[in-house]
Amino acid sequence: MRSLIRSTLAALTVATTATLMTGCMMFMKPPAASEFGRTRVGMAGVYRATITPAGDTIPQGVLQQWTLHLETVAGAPVDSATVTIDGGMPQHGHGLPTKPLVTTVLGNGDHLVEGMKFNMGGWWVVKFRIASAAGADTVIFNLKL
Amino acid sequence: MTPTHSPRVLRNLSAIGVGLALGILALVPALARSNPQAPWTAAERTMLKSLSLSSLAPLPADHSNKYADDAAALRLGNLLFNDARLSGNGQVSCATCHSSEKGFQDNIPLGKGVGTAGRRTMPIAGTAHSPWQFWDGRADSHWAQALGPLESAVEHGGDRLQYARVLRQHYRAEYEAIFGAFPNLQGLPERAGPVADSARAAAWARITPARRDSISRVYANMGKAIAAFERQITFTPTRFDRYVDAELAGRAPTPGDNFSDDERAGLRLFIGKANCVNCHNGALLTDNHFHNTGVPQSQDGARADSGRATGVRAVMASEFNCLSHYSDAKPSDCGELRFAVTDGEELVRAYKTPSLRNAVTRAPFMHAGQFASIERVLLHYDRAPSAPAGHSELKRLGLSGTEVRQLAAFLKTLVSSVAYPAPVTSYTP
Ligand code: HEC
Ligand code: HEC
Ligand SMILES: [Cu+2]
Repeated sequence: MRSLIRSTLAALTVATTATLMTGCMMFMKPPAASEFGRTRVGMAGVYRATITPAGDTIPQGVLQQWTLHLETVAGAPVDSATVTIDGGMPQHGHGLPTKPLVTTVLGNGDHLVEGMKFNMGGWWVVKFRIASAAGADTVIFNLKL
Repeated sequence: MTPTHSPRVLRNLSAIGVGLALGILALVPALARSNPQAPWTAAERTMLKSLSLSSLAPLPADHSNKYADDAAALRLGNLLFNDARLSGNGQVSCATCHSSEKGFQDNIPLGKGVGTAGRRTMPIAGTAHSPWQFWDGRADSHWAQALGPLESAVEHGGDRLQYARVLRQHYRAEYEAIFGAFPNLQGLPERAGPVADSARAAAWARITPARRDSISRVYANMGKAIAAFERQITFTPTRFDRYVDAELAGRAPTPGDNFSDDERAGLRLFIGKANCVNCHNGALLTDNHFHNTGVPQSQDGARADSGRATGVRAVMASEFNCLSHYSDAKPSDCGELRFAVTDGEELVRAYKTPSLRNAVTRAPFMHAGQFASIERVLLHYDRAPSAPAGHSELKRLGLSGTEVRQLAAFLKTLVSSVAYPAPVTSYTP
């Protein structure tokens, strides 16, 4: 009897956790419109970054190139940073379909990003993890496709 | 006599009007769900437009194959696609499994050639638009794809030297008109290639690297000719496309093309509550990407199948990929390969999203024919079971029996004939 109660309780806990977790995923709302800008300051407040996709709109389903402009919050262009890129769709629980890379430092803070792709519509997040002598920081962009 | 109202009464009336209007507005989404004839919203119309065949991008160039749009290569490819001499037992051609009468597939769970394949035969139409071929994307072009089944022990069961001999004997003039002089095969064994059969693999290892390279070049060119043919296998407009095109142009669809209440409701579910359009998007109703959707392990295919996780390793290592010596592309044309995700849990049991054009005609469904009916497919999406390995991206839908019926009705509007180049009966250079 006791073990029955225990297993029922355990099952209930599992079920509740599962419901809460899927609930979280489904009810996670995209941030406010003001969070969807093309210029963003990093979480640690070290860098300000601007993305310029080739073309006005970000197309769905094709590889594209972006220019990433990096500067310190004080406005000094940053050329000697290590940049890694990841992201995904928070509401769907998956990452980016490709592994985009900074392939060329164009100078004056500009970097060529290749291999960017978005394979479905909805809210996407792209994170640039930046490290240089000025410090480490993560700049997060929200996109609506 | 003119009606007289005091200004106050008017104001009250208009307040009631606004209230009513707001009330109705709040009800619109609910009404749209219950009234299948409700007009499409602006956002829905944008979505519908993106799914119509009229929105399909022009055939993308294949930089890795400079013969992709060559008419003589297409004719040769058409002949090779249908030629059973290109097999270990003289009985299997590409068309054995990819039958033009069945939309270039075979309606059986696992493809049958010299032996039995580990997965279901995929229809070829429209795949020139995809950066990846196979359920696991282990080829990155049509020409590289074609070279897989030809040397597979269970599909065509032959080898590249055998095929080079068949080409030299039966298609030499055609070949040389496109690709230049045929290499000398004198003094070479009858059969050899990097295949599973140990005798033929050993014979291949004994050939000098330079001669192996010239045989592999003929082999790659065979693939390139077949690819020129496959590129022209395309979908034609369906009732769905004609309905959407009429709707967007603001004209009434011709009577046969109008959607029933169920079809409209199914379409609304497809682009709404059921989330199908997350993956089945664009004019081919596929994102050409890989997803784990929790499809069960095949009962027949005994071996474990990890999908894209192994497929991506194979394509990166392939001797015929976009960056290879046999490719005509510049490295800058090979973005999909260079920026491919090569590791991580998301690749485990992830398979390429199939086009849903003609899907209802292709039972049994999924990568190894796991589901016998469309209703079974929809039940799977409704329940979203956990995956046998890796993590399913699906979430439970909570569909009613009516909604399942409506989705099935919609999928049936996506059927049309497949267009392909006419069979070549005789060769005229
Ligand atoms: C024995 C049956 C069989 C034969 C013969 C065969 N195929 Fe296939 N084909 C399959 C199967 C099974 C798959 C999926 C295999 C996988 O994903 O592992 C496939 C996949 C494909 C694809 C990928 C389509 C997509 O959407 O990714 C193309 C293209 C194709 N075959 C063309 C050919 C060509 C060209 C030939 C002849 C050189 C050929 N096939 C011979 C069974 C066959
Ligand atoms: C997360 C991405 C995703 C979503 C969402 C999705 N599909 Fe799929 N669909 C796939 C993939 C991937 C496959 C192939 C899976 C396999 O074979 O393992 C597939 C296969 C199918 C097939 C079988 C086609 C064939 O040739 O065997 C049908 C039919 C289908 N989906 C319909 C739907 C419908 C209807 C919905 C909405 C209820 C839906 N899909 C939602 C990705 C998705
Ligand atoms: Cu997504």
